[in-house]
Amino acid sequence: MSESPASLTMPPLPGSSAGSIAPVAVPLRRRVLPRADRRELAAIFAGGALGTLLRAALSDAFPQRVTSWPWPTFAVNITAAFLLGYVVTRLQERLPLSSYRRPLLGTGLCGGLSTFSTMQVEIVKMLDAHAWALAAGYSAASVAAGYAAIHLATALVRRTRVRR
Amino acid sequence: MSVLLWAAVMAIGGAGSVLRFLVDGTVGTLAGRDFPAGTLVVNISGAVILGLLTGLALSHDAALLAGTAAVGSYTTFSTWMLETQRLAEERQQRKAALNLAASLVLGVGAAALGKLIAGQL
Repeated sequence: MSESPASLTMPPLPGSSAGSIAPVAVPLRRRVLPRADRRELAAIFAGGALGTLLRAALSDAFPQRVTSWPWPTFAVNITAAFLLGYVVTRLQERLPLSSYRRPLLGTGLCGGLSTFSTMQVEIVKMLDAHAWALAAGYSAASVAAGYAAIHLATALVRRTRVRR
Repeated sequence: MSVLLWAAVMAIGGAGSVLRFLVDGTVGTLAGRDFPAGTLVVNISGAVILGLLTGLALSHDAALLAGTAAVGSYTTFSTWMLETQRLAEERQQRKAALNLAASLVLGVGAAALGKLIAGQL
């Protein structure tokens, strides 16, 4: 995810040991944390802010009863899955690796737009209300539609490639 | 409905997304890339926290900021689906099915646990 070519040509960040001469033991934090440059994190932040705003505005505008179908969450999740499938396939297989589009549109926008935790809490509330069929139907439909959205978006990008 | 509130939603949502990226990358480095454990850890930990917040009966604004914005952006549905579909595409149907089942079962369990803990507080 973070193997962008630009990160190799980035100037060393202040405080990094890249410019030092003596071999220094790499701190654990640097070994364990993903190699992330600041612009990549900024792209994730910007995309995540926009995706979260869209999702929060939608859920705030359409408050749902516990025993009704959670359309706002369902809609953002399936939309984000389709968009992520499209973006990732296009960037991996069609365009030369672009440094900041995947963090901006994929990790940030799609990740911020979609949510797993809200879906799980909605299912728990349905179970608490003994709405078993709704809980099962919502879980199954989310997984099926989300999977189909990724598959469809991927196929769409690849079909365009074959035609050219 | 102030501008400030929605600006905070955006800032917190951006920070939650960055935290997801860092946790996912860290777990991936530690656990290897054969199975999408990073997204699983992110989603299950987020489900516990959101379950907890739900059980605390927060005000509208607090629930919007801490729940919808922070935990909502930290967890992800789209990456979970993408990683599952890519596993299936690489003929690793078992891992794909495991990723679906484990996320759903652990996710619902985690959210219920969080809610239970909040009820005990």
